[in-house]
Amino acid sequence: MPRLVSHPDEKIVLKRRFGQGAASIDKYIALDGYKAVQTAIAKGAEAMPGWIIDTMKASGLRGRGGAGFPTGMKWSFVPKTSPKPKYVLVNGDESEPGTCKDHVLFLEDPHAVIEGTMIAGLAIGAKMGFIYLRGEYRYLLNIVERAVADAYAKGFLGKNIFGTPGLDFDIVTQTGAGAYEVGEESALMESLEGKRGVPRIKPPFPAVVGLYGGPTVINNAETIASAPHILLMGGEAYAALGSERNGGTRLFGVSGHVERPGVYELPMGYSLRKAIYEVAGGIKGGKQLKAVVPGGASCPVLCADEIDVGLDFDQMAKAGTMLGSGGIVVLDETVSIVEFALRTIKFYQHESCGWCIPCREGTDWIKKTLTRVYLDGGQKKDIDNVQYLAENMMGRTFCPLGDAAAMPTLGFVKKFRKEFEDYIEGKKAGTPLMTTEGNAEHELVGAEH
Amino acid sequence: MSAIEKSIFSPELAARFDKLVTLYPVKRSALIPMLLYAQDEVGYVSEAVIQEIAKRLDLFDLEVRSVLSYYSMLRTKPAGKFNIQVCTNISCMLRGGYEVLDHCKARLGIGHKQVTADGFFSLEEVECIGACCWAPAMQVNYDFHEELTPEKVDTILADYAAEKDAK
Repeated sequence: MPRLVSHPDEKIVLKRRFGQGAASIDKYIALDGYKAVQTAIAKGAEAMPGWIIDTMKASGLRGRGGAGFPTGMKWSFVPKTSPKPKYVLVNGDESEPGTCKDHVLFLEDPHAVIEGTMIAGLAIGAKMGFIYLRGEYRYLLNIVERAVADAYAKGFLGKNIFGTPGLDFDIVTQTGAGAYEVGEESALMESLEGKRGVPRIKPPFPAVVGLYGGPTVINNAETIASAPHILLMGGEAYAALGSERNGGTRLFGVSGHVERPGVYELPMGYSLRKAIYEVAGGIKGGKQLKAVVPGGASCPVLCADEIDVGLDFDQMAKAGTMLGSGGIVVLDETVSIVEFALRTIKFYQHESCGWCIPCREGTDWIKKTLTRVYLDGGQKKDIDNVQYLAENMMGRTFCPLGDAAAMPTLGFVKKFRKEFEDYIEGKKAGTPLMTTEGNAEHELVGAEH
Repeated sequence: MSAIEKSIFSPELAARFDKLVTLYPVKRSALIPMLLYAQDEVGYVSEAVIQEIAKRLDLFDLEVRSVLSYYSMLRTKPAGKFNIQVCTNISCMLRGGYEVLDHCKARLGIGHKQVTADGFFSLEEVECIGACCWAPAMQVNYDFHEELTPEKVDTILADYAAEKDAK
């Protein structure tokens, strides 16, 4: 069972019901649960959608899946009338390495996700929502399914919700079956339609043509779960917790070489240095910091002297990286960047869905080249080749996952070029962590997997 | 009465499938959950599973196979009764994921995607399973085990093995 952690610097919004048994519907209700959605309904059918969207806009909430798109604006893009049904799709296909925040959210407060789904549905005029969890989260699906069943039993879901004539909302829950790519919104819709999880070309965007061809709002589970809190506390009050143009708080998962790894709720704009050294207790075993992957594996690495930056979308972009999914992976001085870069690209090569050639071929050739370097067969031009391959993947794929593979690779070879050169000359930094079983290359690169 | 005559699935699962296809605006949406639940019951996605699911969803077998081959959790060969999936992705790697994987290999005497001779355990190296803050982690079937050490792995394996001895 994931261990809950806390720190005095946390600002508690999303975590306020964690550790209190809120998966039980009665407990959730006792802790102000389903109050936000009822407040919205009480505004009346006319005023309700506008009130929800205005409040969400005022909150400054930006998508917690990684892209950071303003949520209120996203909801406002859905056409008011549509010949096809509209849908809400909750992305709980959490798969970005370093990210486990939604895991805790589904476990500790599943009703917040359900209530948020209803609120999004009321805002855009949808009658149906889907909550899609990654396949590995079966035990969490069981928790969410139980919560949905309890909400139906109370009349919160189904026909005439909360006793409101003509107001219907249904939720269907399911898991995927193991595919990183499905975390991308258009691939997720394909998967939910029972197909291979390959991306769709955009435009049209999901708000216009989404699931089953209908207008669809698709949001990360944490984004959705923030909605009830925002409606209850008010958009401005939520926005004030964060930094400029980055409203509120978010769940950060700090992992790797820190003393107290865990999922912490910190205000947007909080110092990355403090998140590592104070909140997560500093580097494990008193070692020195070498680098940080600040927002899940796809974010370009930051060196030890680049961590005086605020954790929000804009400040991280300014620092040449991304806030991403909030998964902060901390590397101490013993890590070999050559090995870490190889392990990272090995993941993306495995997960590339193969739809777009630059991603399919690029990830494969980068992996092959870095494997050769790792196994002592590298040449200096390999570093240039890796950079060339990665640069040519950028912006040339249907979905952002081509970039997601290229960006960390570029970060590693640019910021740690000297370490790659030294490695090729036999001067290896760090202690190897990967095991190769007698150098069998297929074993190392996990070709079967 | 199941929608399919002579279903290969248990009556409970057949009934569940009958309902599942009605939940979605389009029947085909039930495909991935059906494949998973069928695999849970049968042990893997067999030819018979493919055929019945195709029939239930009005799809060609080929369409089911095309989807099946995309998802890493779906398998067309039996795994062990307890499938051990060790994460070696970045957060787990930094905290001993490879040590855990090697320990499992040594203890079970099998490698990646192999099954023990008695069919009881199988082993897989997997990508991120979403337990990064409690690394290193693994799953045994759908159960998570976190903050692992070789000693902790021994205890976990012994607990599962006890189930075998009990029979």
